[in-house]
Amino acid sequence: MRRISLTVNGVQHEGMVEPRQLLVYFLREQLGLTGTNVGCDTSTCGACTILVNGNAAKSCTLLAVQADGAEITTIEGLASNGEMHPLQKAFHENHGLQCGYCTPGMIMASLDLIANNDDLNDEDVRIGLEGNLCRCTGYQNIVKSVQQAAGEMRSPAST
Amino acid sequence: MIPAEFDYELAESGEHALQLLEQHGDEAKLLAGGHSLLPLMKLRLATPSMLIDIGRLDDMSYISDDGDAIAIGALTRHEVVEGSDVLKEHCAIVAHTAGEIGDRQVRHFGTIGGSLAHGDPASDLPTVMLALDAQVVVRSSSGERTVAANEFFTGLFETALGPTDLLTEIRVPKLTGGWSYQKFHHRAQDWAIVGVAAVQRNGGASVALTNMGEVPLRASGVEQALASGNDAAAAAEEAAENTSPPSDPFGSADYRRALAKVLTRRALQEAMGR
Repeated sequence: MRRISLTVNGVQHEGMVEPRQLLVYFLREQLGLTGTNVGCDTSTCGACTILVNGNAAKSCTLLAVQADGAEITTIEGLASNGEMHPLQKAFHENHGLQCGYCTPGMIMASLDLIANNDDLNDEDVRIGLEGNLCRCTGYQNIVKSVQQAAGEMRSPAST
Repeated sequence: MIPAEFDYELAESGEHALQLLEQHGDEAKLLAGGHSLLPLMKLRLATPSMLIDIGRLDDMSYISDDGDAIAIGALTRHEVVEGSDVLKEHCAIVAHTAGEIGDRQVRHFGTIGGSLAHGDPASDLPTVMLALDAQVVVRSSSGERTVAANEFFTGLFETALGPTDLLTEIRVPKLTGGWSYQKFHHRAQDWAIVGVAAVQRNGGASVALTNMGEVPLRASGVEQALASGNDAAAAAEEAAENTSPPSDPFGSADYRRALAKVLTRRALQEAMGR
Protein backbone atom coordinates (compact mmCIF):
# COMPACT_ATOMS: atom_id res chain seq x y z
CA MET A 1 0.00 0.00 0.00
CA ARG A 2 1.15 3.53 -0.69
CA ARG A 3 0.09 6.78 0.86
CA ILE A 4 -1.18 9.40 -1.57
CA SER A 5 -2.24 12.94 -0.96
CA LEU A 6 -4.30 14.94 -3.42
CA THR A 7 -6.66 17.89 -3.59
CA VAL A 8 -10.15 17.07 -4.79
CA ASN A 9 -12.56 19.95 -5.41
CA GLY A 10 -10.42 22.18 -3.21
CA VAL A 11 -10.30 19.75 -0.29
CA GLN A 12 -7.08 17.99 0.70
CA HIS A 13 -7.41 14.21 0.99
CA GLU A 14 -4.99 11.48 2.02
CA GLY A 15 -5.46 7.82 1.37
CA MET A 16 -3.72 4.46 1.37
CA VAL A 17 -3.98 2.73 -1.98
CA GLU A 18 -2.76 -0.40 -3.68
CA PRO A 19 -0.66 0.60 -6.70
CA ARG A 20 -3.24 -1.05 -8.96
CA GLN A 21 -6.10 1.07 -7.59
CA LEU A 22 -7.58 3.10 -10.45
CA LEU A 23 -8.22 6.76 -9.77
CA VAL A 24 -11.94 6.50 -10.56
CA TYR A 25 -12.42 3.82 -7.89
CA PHE A 26 -10.41 5.83 -5.38
CA LEU A 27 -12.76 8.78 -5.98
CA ARG A 28 -15.93 6.70 -5.90
CA GLU A 29 -15.19 4.17 -3.20
CA GLN A 30 -12.72 5.83 -0.87
CA LEU A 31 -13.90 9.42 -1.14
CA GLY A 32 -17.56 8.61 -1.86
CA LEU A 33 -17.63 10.91 -4.89
CA THR A 34 -19.94 8.79 -7.03
CA GLY A 35 -20.79 11.56 -9.50
CA THR A 36 -17.97 10.32 -11.70
CA ASN A 37 -19.35 7.30 -13.55
CA VAL A 38 -17.61 4.24 -14.91
CA GLY A 39 -19.02 3.49 -18.35
CA CYS A 40 -16.97 1.32 -20.67
CA ASP A 41 -13.96 0.98 -18.36
CA THR A 42 -11.73 0.89 -21.45
CA SER A 43 -10.95 4.63 -21.92
CA THR A 44 -13.39 4.82 -24.82
CA CYS A 45 -16.64 6.36 -23.53
CA GLY A 46 -15.46 9.28 -21.41
CA ALA A 47 -18.11 8.91 -18.67
CA CYS A 48 -15.30 8.92 -16.08
CA THR A 49 -13.79 12.22 -17.29
CA ILE A 50 -12.44 14.50 -14.54
CA LEU A 51 -9.89 17.30 -14.51
CA VAL A 52 -6.34 16.50 -13.35
CA ASN A 53 -4.37 19.72 -12.87
CA GLY A 54 -6.88 21.37 -15.19
CA ASN A 55 -6.63 18.79 -17.99
CA ALA A 56 -9.53 16.50 -18.87
CA ALA A 57 -8.57 12.91 -18.13
CA LYS A 58 -10.23 9.51 -18.21
CA SER A 59 -10.01 8.43 -14.58
CA CYS A 60 -10.50 4.75 -15.47
CA THR A 61 -7.12 4.85 -17.21
CA LEU A 62 -5.09 6.49 -14.47
CA LEU A 63 -3.72 4.91 -11.34
CA ALA A 64 -4.49 6.70 -8.10
CA VAL A 65 -0.72 6.79 -7.43
CA GLN A 66 -0.24 8.75 -10.67
CA ALA A 67 -2.49 11.46 -9.20
CA ASP A 68 -0.45 11.78 -6.01
CA GLY A 69 -0.04 15.52 -5.40
CA ALA A 70 -2.49 16.49 -8.15
CA GLU A 71 -5.39 18.91 -8.12
CA ILE A 72 -8.54 17.05 -9.14
CA THR A 73 -11.90 18.48 -10.08
CA THR A 74 -14.95 16.24 -10.36
CA ILE A 75 -18.56 17.04 -11.23
CA GLU A 76 -19.25 17.53 -7.50
CA GLY A 77 -16.85 20.48 -7.50
CA LEU A 78 -18.75 22.60 -10.04
CA ALA A 79 -21.80 23.98 -8.25
CA SER A 80 -21.11 26.66 -5.68
CA ASN A 81 -23.38 27.78 -2.85
CA GLY A 82 -26.22 25.74 -4.28
CA GLU A 83 -25.92 27.50 -7.65
CA MET A 84 -25.40 25.27 -10.67
CA HIS A 85 -22.34 25.90 -12.84
CA PRO A 86 -23.23 27.49 -16.23
CA LEU A 87 -22.53 24.12 -17.90
CA GLN A 88 -24.87 22.28 -15.53
CA LYS A 89 -27.53 24.94 -16.03
CA ALA A 90 -27.16 24.84 -19.82
CA PHE A 91 -27.42 21.02 -19.97
CA HIS A 92 -30.56 21.28 -17.78
CA GLU A 93 -32.17 24.01 -19.85
CA ASN A 94 -31.38 22.56 -23.29
CA HIS A 95 -32.24 18.91 -22.66
CA GLY A 96 -28.53 18.17 -22.92
CA LEU A 97 -29.13 14.87 -21.18
CA GLN A 98 -31.57 12.00 -21.49
CA CYS A 99 -30.53 9.13 -19.18
CA GLY A 100 -27.76 11.29 -17.71
CA TYR A 101 -25.08 8.62 -17.46
CA CYS A 102 -22.60 10.33 -19.78
CA THR A 103 -23.39 13.80 -18.42
CA PRO A 104 -20.74 14.22 -15.69
CA GLY A 105 -18.05 13.24 -18.21
CA MET A 106 -19.58 15.43 -20.94
CA ILE A 107 -19.60 18.41 -18.61
CA MET A 108 -16.03 17.90 -17.35
CA ALA A 109 -14.71 17.43 -20.89
CA SER A 110 -16.62 20.55 -22.00
CA LEU A 111 -15.13 22.55 -19.15
CA ASP A 112 -11.61 21.68 -20.36
CA LEU A 113 -12.60 22.40 -23.97
CA ILE A 114 -14.07 25.84 -23.19
CA ALA A 115 -11.15 26.80 -20.94
CA ASN A 116 -8.65 26.07 -23.72
CA ASN A 117 -10.48 27.57 -26.71
CA ASP A 118 -11.58 31.16 -27.02
CA ASP A 119 -13.84 30.59 -29.94
CA LEU A 120 -15.71 27.34 -30.54
CA ASN A 121 -18.04 26.61 -33.43
CA ASP A 122 -20.36 23.60 -33.40
CA GLU A 123 -17.84 21.51 -35.34
CA ASP A 124 -15.10 22.31 -32.77
CA VAL A 125 -17.42 21.18 -29.97
CA ARG A 126 -18.21 17.92 -31.77
CA ILE A 127 -14.52 17.19 -32.40
CA GLY A 128 -13.56 18.37 -28.92
CA LEU A 129 -16.01 15.91 -27.37
CA GLU A 130 -15.00 12.96 -29.59
CA GLY A 131 -13.83 11.13 -26.48
CA ASN A 132 -17.28 11.20 -24.89
CA LEU A 133 -20.06 8.91 -26.06
CA CYS A 134 -23.78 9.40 -25.42
CA ARG A 135 -25.74 6.17 -25.96
CA CYS A 136 -29.02 8.15 -25.97
CA THR A 137 -27.55 9.92 -29.05
CA GLY A 138 -28.43 13.30 -27.66
CA TYR A 139 -25.50 15.08 -29.31
CA GLN A 140 -27.56 17.86 -30.87
CA ASN A 141 -28.63 19.26 -27.52
CA ILE A 142 -25.26 18.56 -25.93
CA VAL A 143 -23.61 20.81 -28.50
CA LYS A 144 -26.31 23.43 -27.92
CA SER A 145 -25.72 23.24 -24.15
CA VAL A 146 -21.96 23.60 -24.48
CA GLN A 147 -22.36 26.60 -26.78
CA GLN A 148 -24.76 28.32 -24.38
CA ALA A 149 -22.46 27.71 -21.42
CA ALA A 150 -19.38 28.84 -23.37
CA GLY A 151 -21.11 32.13 -24.13
CA GLU A 152 -22.14 32.58 -20.53
CA MET A 153 -18.73 31.66 -19.11
CA ARG A 154 -16.99 34.21 -21.37
CA SER A 155 -19.28 37.11 -20.60
CA PRO A 156 -20.72 36.46 -17.16
CA ALA A 157 -21.83 40.10 -16.90
CA SER A 158 -24.40 39.69 -19.66
CA THR A 159 -26.30 36.89 -17.89
CA MET B 1 -11.58 -4.16 -14.66
CA ILE B 2 -8.67 -4.11 -12.25
CA PRO B 3 -5.06 -4.87 -13.20
CA ALA B 4 -3.28 -7.81 -11.57
CA GLU B 5 -1.21 -6.88 -8.51
CA PHE B 6 2.11 -5.18 -9.05
CA ASP B 7 4.70 -3.19 -7.13
CA TYR B 8 5.28 0.45 -7.95
CA GLU B 9 8.35 2.69 -7.92
CA LEU B 10 8.42 6.36 -8.80
CA ALA B 11 11.55 7.25 -10.77
CA GLU B 12 13.04 10.55 -9.64
CA SER B 13 15.47 10.94 -12.54
CA GLY B 14 16.51 9.19 -15.73
CA GLU B 15 19.46 7.69 -13.84
CA HIS B 16 17.13 6.42 -11.13
CA ALA B 17 14.87 4.86 -13.76
CA LEU B 18 17.89 3.04 -15.26
CA GLN B 19 18.94 1.77 -11.81
CA LEU B 20 15.43 0.49 -11.15
CA LEU B 21 15.43 -1.24 -14.55
CA GLU B 22 18.78 -2.90 -13.74
CA GLN B 23 17.33 -4.06 -10.43
CA HIS B 24 14.04 -5.43 -11.74
CA GLY B 25 14.88 -6.29 -15.37
CA ASP B 26 12.35 -8.29 -17.29
CA GLU B 27 9.73 -8.22 -14.53
CA ALA B 28 9.33 -4.46 -14.80
CA LYS B 29 7.54 -2.19 -17.27
CA LEU B 30 8.02 1.53 -17.59
CA LEU B 31 4.90 3.63 -17.04
CA ALA B 32 4.85 6.95 -18.93
CA GLY B 33 1.32 8.26 -19.59
CA GLY B 34 -0.04 4.74 -19.20
CA HIS B 35 -2.68 5.14 -21.89
CA SER B 36 -1.46 2.15 -23.90
CA LEU B 37 -0.15 0.03 -21.04
CA LEU B 38 -2.92 0.37 -18.45
CA PRO B 39 -5.71 -0.78 -20.81
CA LEU B 40 -3.66 -3.95 -21.53
CA MET B 41 -3.03 -4.46 -17.80
CA LYS B 42 -6.74 -4.07 -17.04
CA LEU B 43 -7.46 -6.82 -19.59
CA ARG B 44 -4.59 -8.77 -17.98
CA LEU B 45 -2.94 -9.11 -21.36
CA ALA B 46 0.05 -7.50 -19.63
CA THR B 47 0.91 -8.53 -16.07
CA PRO B 48 4.19 -6.88 -15.09
CA SER B 49 5.08 -7.43 -11.44
CA MET B 50 6.68 -3.99 -11.19
CA LEU B 51 5.79 -0.63 -12.71
CA ILE B 52 8.48 2.04 -12.81
CA ASP B 53 6.70 5.37 -13.17
CA ILE B 54 8.72 7.78 -15.32
CA GLY B 55 5.72 10.05 -15.86
CA ARG B 56 7.12 12.86 -13.71
CA LEU B 57 10.52 13.20 -15.41
CA ASP B 58 9.72 16.62 -16.83
CA ASP B 59 13.23 17.06 -18.26
CA MET B 60 12.35 14.34 -20.78
CA SER B 61 9.56 16.49 -22.21
CA TYR B 62 10.86 18.93 -24.84
CA ILE B 63 10.85 19.73 -28.54
CA SER B 64 13.98 21.43 -29.83
CA ASP B 65 15.45 22.50 -33.16
CA ASP B 66 18.76 20.68 -33.51
CA GLY B 67 19.92 21.97 -36.89
CA ASP B 68 19.18 19.17 -39.34
CA ALA B 69 16.68 17.44 -37.09
CA ILE B 70 14.00 18.15 -34.51
CA ALA B 71 14.61 16.41 -31.19
CA ILE B 72 11.54 15.34 -29.24
CA GLY B 73 11.85 14.17 -25.64
CA ALA B 74 10.29 10.74 -25.13
CA LEU B 75 7.92 11.97 -22.43
CA THR B 76 6.43 14.77 -24.54
CA ARG B 77 2.66 14.43 -24.39
CA HIS B 78 0.69 14.06 -27.63
CA GLU B 79 -1.10 17.32 -26.85
CA VAL B 80 2.24 19.18 -26.75
CA VAL B 81 3.48 17.53 -29.96
CA GLU B 82 0.18 18.42 -31.64
CA GLY B 83 0.53 22.09 -30.69
CA SER B 84 4.28 22.50 -31.29
CA ASP B 85 5.15 25.45 -33.53
CA VAL B 86 8.62 24.02 -34.22
CA LEU B 87 7.10 20.79 -35.51
CA LYS B 88 4.37 22.57 -37.45
CA GLU B 89 7.07 24.53 -39.25
CA HIS B 90 9.62 21.77 -39.89
CA CYS B 91 7.89 18.40 -39.64
CA ALA B 92 4.17 19.07 -39.61
CA ILE B 93 3.18 15.45 -40.24
CA VAL B 94 4.26 14.60 -36.68
CA ALA B 95 2.17 17.38 -35.10
CA HIS B 96 -0.81 16.54 -37.31
CA THR B 97 -0.66 12.81 -36.56
CA ALA B 98 -0.29 13.34 -32.79
CA GLY B 99 -3.58 15.24 -33.03
CA GLU B 100 -5.21 12.21 -34.66
CA ILE B 101 -4.47 9.94 -31.69
CA GLY B 102 -7.37 8.98 -29.42
CA ASP B 103 -9.17 12.03 -28.07
CA ARG B 104 -8.35 15.14 -26.00
CA GLN B 105 -8.34 13.21 -22.75
CA VAL B 106 -5.95 10.57 -24.11
CA ARG B 107 -3.67 13.19 -25.71
CA HIS B 108 -3.30 14.95 -22.35
CA PHE B 109 -1.54 11.87 -20.95
CA GLY B 110 -0.18 9.70 -23.77
CA THR B 111 3.46 10.33 -24.72
CA ILE B 112 5.35 9.98 -27.99
CA GLY B 113 7.95 7.67 -26.43
CA GLY B 114 5.29 5.49 -24.86
CA SER B 115 3.51 5.20 -28.17
CA LEU B 116 6.67 4.00 -29.94
CA ALA B 117 7.87 1.73 -27.12
CA HIS B 118 4.48 0.00 -26.99
CA GLY B 119 5.01 -1.37 -30.52
CA ASP B 120 1.35 -1.60 -31.47
CA PRO B 121 1.05 -1.92 -35.28
CA ALA B 122 -2.35 -0.16 -35.15
CA SER B 123 -0.84 2.95 -33.66
CA ASP B 124 -0.20 6.04 -35.80
CA LEU B 125 3.13 7.57 -34.78
CA PRO B 126 5.26 4.46 -35.44
CA THR B 127 4.17 4.55 -39.10
CA VAL B 128 5.04 8.22 -39.41
CA MET B 129 8.46 7.59 -37.82
CA LEU B 130 9.09 4.81 -40.33
CA ALA B 131 8.16 7.04 -43.29
CA LEU B 132 10.45 9.76 -41.91
CA ASP B 133 13.39 7.41 -41.22
CA ALA B 134 13.38 8.86 -37.71
CA GLN B 135 16.05 7.97 -35.15
CA VAL B 136 15.21 6.64 -31.71
CA VAL B 137 17.67 7.41 -28.90
CA VAL B 138 17.94 4.68 -26.26
CA ARG B 139 19.82 4.76 -22.96
CA SER B 140 20.82 1.95 -20.67
CA SER B 141 23.32 1.77 -17.83
CA SER B 142 25.96 0.72 -20.38
CA GLY B 143 25.49 3.87 -22.49
CA GLU B 144 23.48 5.50 -25.23
CA ARG B 145 22.71 4.23 -28.73
CA THR B 146 20.60 5.34 -31.66
CA VAL B 147 18.26 2.97 -33.46
CA ALA B 148 16.78 3.72 -36.88
CA ALA B 149 12.99 3.49 -37.07
CA ASN B 150 13.20 0.67 -39.62
CA GLU B 151 15.11 -1.44 -37.08
CA PHE B 152 13.11 -0.38 -34.03
CA PHE B 153 9.80 -2.20 -34.58
CA THR B 154 10.62 -5.90 -34.46
CA GLY B 155 7.27 -7.66 -33.93
CA LEU B 156 3.75 -7.44 -32.53
CA PHE B 157 4.15 -5.28 -29.40
CA GLU B 158 7.91 -5.86 -29.68
CA THR B 159 10.67 -3.36 -30.29
CA ALA B 160 14.45 -3.19 -30.23
CA LEU B 161 14.24 -2.03 -26.60
CA GLY B 162 15.77 -4.51 -24.17
CA PRO B 163 14.57 -5.03 -20.59
CA THR B 164 16.97 -2.44 -19.16
CA ASP B 165 16.59 0.19 -21.91
CA LEU B 166 15.01 3.61 -21.60
CA LEU B 167 13.81 5.38 -24.76
CA THR B 168 14.85 8.99 -24.23
CA GLU B 169 14.47 10.92 -27.48
CA ILE B 170 13.07 10.77 -31.01
CA ARG B 171 14.82 12.65 -33.81
CA VAL B 172 12.85 13.54 -36.93
CA PRO B 173 14.24 15.19 -40.06
CA LYS B 174 13.19 18.64 -41.22
CA LEU B 175 10.89 18.33 -44.22
CA THR B 176 10.73 20.61 -47.19
CA GLY B 177 8.28 18.58 -49.28
CA GLY B 178 4.63 17.65 -48.93
CA TRP B 179 3.20 15.08 -46.55
CA SER B 180 -0.02 13.32 -45.60
CA TYR B 181 -1.32 10.94 -42.97
CA GLN B 182 -4.57 9.20 -43.89
CA LYS B 183 -6.29 7.45 -41.01
CA PHE B 184 -9.44 5.41 -41.52
CA HIS B 185 -11.25 4.52 -38.34
CA HIS B 186 -14.59 3.45 -37.03
CA ARG B 187 -15.65 5.53 -34.03
CA ALA B 188 -14.12 9.01 -33.83
CA GLN B 189 -11.39 8.21 -31.32
CA ASP B 190 -10.53 4.68 -32.46
CA TRP B 191 -7.33 3.06 -33.61
CA ALA B 192 -6.73 3.07 -37.34
CA ILE B 193 -8.31 0.21 -39.28
CA VAL B 194 -5.63 1.17 -41.80
CA GLY B 195 -3.43 4.26 -41.89
CA VAL B 196 -1.01 5.55 -44.52
CA ALA B 197 1.82 8.07 -44.13
CA ALA B 198 3.32 9.65 -47.24
CA VAL B 199 6.24 12.07 -47.20
CA GLN B 200 8.07 13.72 -50.10
CA ARG B 201 11.78 13.49 -49.36
CA ASN B 202 15.10 13.37 -51.17
CA GLY B 203 13.44 13.76 -54.55
CA GLY B 204 11.17 10.76 -53.99
CA ALA B 205 8.38 9.68 -51.70
CA SER B 206 8.39 7.53 -48.56
CA VAL B 207 5.20 5.64 -47.81
CA ALA B 208 4.42 3.60 -44.70
CA LEU B 209 1.37 1.66 -43.53
CA THR B 210 -0.43 1.33 -40.17
CA ASN B 211 -2.10 -1.95 -39.17
CA MET B 212 -1.18 -3.88 -42.31
CA GLY B 213 1.02 -6.43 -40.52
CA GLU B 214 2.67 -7.17 -37.18
CA VAL B 215 4.78 -4.03 -37.42
CA PRO B 216 4.39 -0.75 -39.30
CA LEU B 217 5.47 -1.44 -42.89
CA ARG B 218 7.21 0.55 -45.61
CA ALA B 219 5.25 0.31 -48.86
CA SER B 220 8.38 -0.24 -50.94
CA GLY B 221 6.37 -1.39 -53.98
CA VAL B 222 4.63 1.98 -54.05
CA GLU B 223 7.90 3.86 -53.57
CA GLN B 224 9.52 1.95 -56.46
CA ALA B 225 6.53 2.45 -58.74
CA LEU B 226 6.71 6.19 -58.13
CA ALA B 227 10.46 6.20 -58.70
CA SER B 228 9.94 4.54 -62.09
CA GLY B 229 7.59 7.27 -63.17
CA ASN B 230 4.11 5.99 -62.32
CA ASP B 231 1.52 8.48 -61.12
CA ALA B 232 -0.03 8.35 -57.65
CA ALA B 233 -3.05 6.32 -58.69
CA ALA B 234 -0.96 3.66 -60.48
CA ALA B 235 1.66 3.48 -57.71
CA ALA B 236 -1.01 3.13 -55.00
CA GLU B 237 -2.10 -0.16 -56.61
CA GLU B 238 1.09 -1.69 -55.13
CA ALA B 239 0.17 -0.70 -51.53
CA ALA B 240 -0.94 -4.14 -50.36
CA GLU B 241 2.11 -5.94 -51.75
CA ASN B 242 4.01 -7.93 -49.07
CA THR B 243 1.55 -7.04 -46.32
CA SER B 244 -0.19 -9.39 -43.89
CA PRO B 245 -3.09 -7.40 -42.46
CA PRO B 246 -5.18 -8.79 -39.61
CA SER B 247 -8.87 -9.69 -39.84
CA ASP B 248 -11.04 -8.45 -37.00
CA PRO B 249 -14.62 -7.22 -36.49
CA PHE B 250 -13.69 -3.88 -38.09
CA GLY B 251 -12.51 -5.41 -41.35
CA SER B 252 -11.23 -8.53 -43.07
CA ALA B 253 -7.68 -8.76 -44.39
CA ASP B 254 -9.04 -8.34 -47.94
CA TYR B 255 -10.94 -5.22 -46.93
CA ARG B 256 -7.76 -3.80 -45.41
CA ARG B 257 -5.80 -4.53 -48.60
CA ALA B 258 -8.38 -2.65 -50.63
CA LEU B 259 -8.41 0.18 -48.10
CA ALA B 260 -4.60 0.44 -48.14
CA LYS B 261 -4.68 1.13 -51.89
CA VAL B 262 -7.38 3.79 -51.60
CA LEU B 263 -5.71 5.54 -48.66
CA THR B 264 -2.29 5.39 -50.30
CA ARG B 265 -3.69 7.09 -53.40
CA ARG B 266 -5.27 9.79 -51.24
CA ALA B 267 -2.10 10.21 -49.18
CA LEU B 268 0.11 10.54 -52.27
CA GLN B 269 -2.24 13.00 -53.92
CA GLU B 270 -2.42 15.12 -50.77
CA ALA B 271 1.35 14.97 -50.18
CA MET B 272 2.07 15.96 -53.78
CA GLY B 273 -0.45 18.80 -53.63
CA ARG B 274 0.98 20.33 -50.44
